[in-house]
Amino acid sequence: MRTEAGRDPGRRLAAILRRRPRLRPVLLLTAPLLWLTVLYLGSLAVLFVSAFWTTDSFTSQVVKVWTTDNFHALLTTPVYRQVVLRSVAVALAVTVLCVLLAFPVAFYTARVAPPRRRPLLVAAILTPLWASYLVKVYAWRLILSEGGLADWMLAPFGLRGPGYGLPATVLTLTYLWLPYMILPLHTALEQLPAGLLDASADLGARPARTFRSVVLPLVLPSAAAGSVFTFSLSLGDYITVQIVGGKTQLIGNLVYSHIDLDLPMAAALGTVPVAVIVLYLLAIRRTGALDNL
Amino acid sequence: MEGIAIRLQGLWKSFGQTPAVGGVDLEIRDGEFFSLLGPSGSGKTTLLRLIAGFETPDQGRIELAGQEVTGLAPYERDVHTVFQDYALFPHMTVEQNVAYGLRVRKVPKAERLARARQALAEVRLEGYGRRRPDRLSGGQRQRVALARALVGRPRVLLLDEPLGALDLKLRQQMQVELKALQREVGITFVLVTHDQEEALTMSDRIAVVDRGRIAQTGTPAEIYERPATAFVASFVGVSNLLDGETAHRIAGSPGTYSIRPEKIRVLTESAGPEEPEHATATGTVAEVVYLGDATRFVVDLDGGGRLTALQQNLETSSAEVAAYRGTRVRLRWHRRHAVRLPS
Repeated sequence: MRTEAGRDPGRRLAAILRRRPRLRPVLLLTAPLLWLTVLYLGSLAVLFVSAFWTTDSFTSQVVKVWTTDNFHALLTTPVYRQVVLRSVAVALAVTVLCVLLAFPVAFYTARVAPPRRRPLLVAAILTPLWASYLVKVYAWRLILSEGGLADWMLAPFGLRGPGYGLPATVLTLTYLWLPYMILPLHTALEQLPAGLLDASADLGARPARTFRSVVLPLVLPSAAAGSVFTFSLSLGDYITVQIVGGKTQLIGNLVYSHIDLDLPMAAALGTVPVAVIVLYLLAIRRTGALDNL
Repeated sequence: MEGIAIRLQGLWKSFGQTPAVGGVDLEIRDGEFFSLLGPSGSGKTTLLRLIAGFETPDQGRIELAGQEVTGLAPYERDVHTVFQDYALFPHMTVEQNVAYGLRVRKVPKAERLARARQALAEVRLEGYGRRRPDRLSGGQRQRVALARALVGRPRVLLLDEPLGALDLKLRQQMQVELKALQREVGITFVLVTHDQEEALTMSDRIAVVDRGRIAQTGTPAEIYERPATAFVASFVGVSNLLDGETAHRIAGSPGTYSIRPEKIRVLTESAGPEEPEHATATGTVAEVVYLGDATRFVVDLDGGGRLTALQQNLETSSAEVAAYRGTRVRLRWHRRHAVRLPS
């Protein structure tokens, strides 16, 4: 038996791992940890460090001299401040719209639709995620164009579509990230025990009361979990706004426009969404949403 | 006589093709501890859900305290339920759970907190108010569910297999406590259970439910001693059914008879009937099962048929009773304990 076990490398490895349990996590995590620390955290660190460098204004070459000028400019230049605030406002608006739109959909797919049809509905909600991001955004560009679908549909009411601009950006981003909100809400509502709703009604609560006191508090963490996606994806986006945003500028556009001429400034701008999202996650953590991810 | 707490008339409820409740008439009195006893799938839980208002009947009428409530929603009925899985709100503390019904009915905060604490004291959970339900043991959760349902002092308390998830010791202890609590608060309790022992120990009256219908209603003694159908006889307690040729020979007239195992004495073959009221049968012991406090004898009767007898282990020990296997015995019982069942 011994010799046989010795010949098979798989068995030998299994035997070694059995004798040394501490080797198991090392083997399991070495590759992903290398990836995370070197590529992911490493590039973040480079970003952060280079934000403290500066540029030669003639050659646009990066000069590795330590300075806080970039952050000083970020905080004192009104344009930058405006763009940061606008970006956060867009991300929040998209998140709120996603919650409002996703809840009824999730409620239908999780609790109203016949159980046999539910997996199909969830798959249908996911299908837009399989289509190319660019195709979807250009589709919205067509919808929102002058005389396009939006204008045509609103014309009978004497209204016009929003055209390209900030509202169009919010609308398109909401469309793009909606599935990321529907999914966690669907799961939460589906897992909500029917017994709790019965118990609430049994104790004298009308449906509105049950919704307010039982359903909402129990799905709120999942809405917060979904908002992590909708918020951070919106905050980081710069392509949608280029296509349907007209002249609107968000943080991503500023980073993009600085990359060739002033890399350290771009890096400084790039740390802003990182900081905002860290703050957002800290705020969200209090709802218990991160336990649900 | 007291009033009627619940009256069910001609109640039908089907899910798809099969009726879960098929024509139930029932009256439950005020202040009674009433049990709906039946195997799983017999429709007893559906019956409870109809009373609570979670289901609406296809046909029939439900009255609570003389008022028709057939079409009313659960929140419009003065009935609270202790659910099988307790259904405690996980995002609320124990105190908030208990006070929920009062909060919904807009009882002022100070009063509802005081009443919630008192209800927790009633179920011996003082000091647990600030905890979350997931920090409690099964038995404690069960008590919270009980306090939550009782705090509003409903007209009727419905209990859906409330002790099902507890272990044997705790279950027996809770049976006693539940009964004491019911006497104390004086509310009508309707208990759904598949556990015949539970129903027999706690109830004032029992309705045995069989395939969506009430097979028999009566006091525990009536149900146990004088089962109305073969189903009741076999479901409530262990029962011997004698029928056909054997029944005719032993009981003297044809029919189906039910005899409880503990009513049968196991004697040596030579023993005779002591009184004219006694019936006897001889046979061979096929099986001896030592149960600790008692021994179960399975006896193959000489003329065909099989009877189970239960003997208290007053003087015998396990080693002795095992030696009975294969021996010849005489079984003796009082004629009135052979209950004739309607065919």
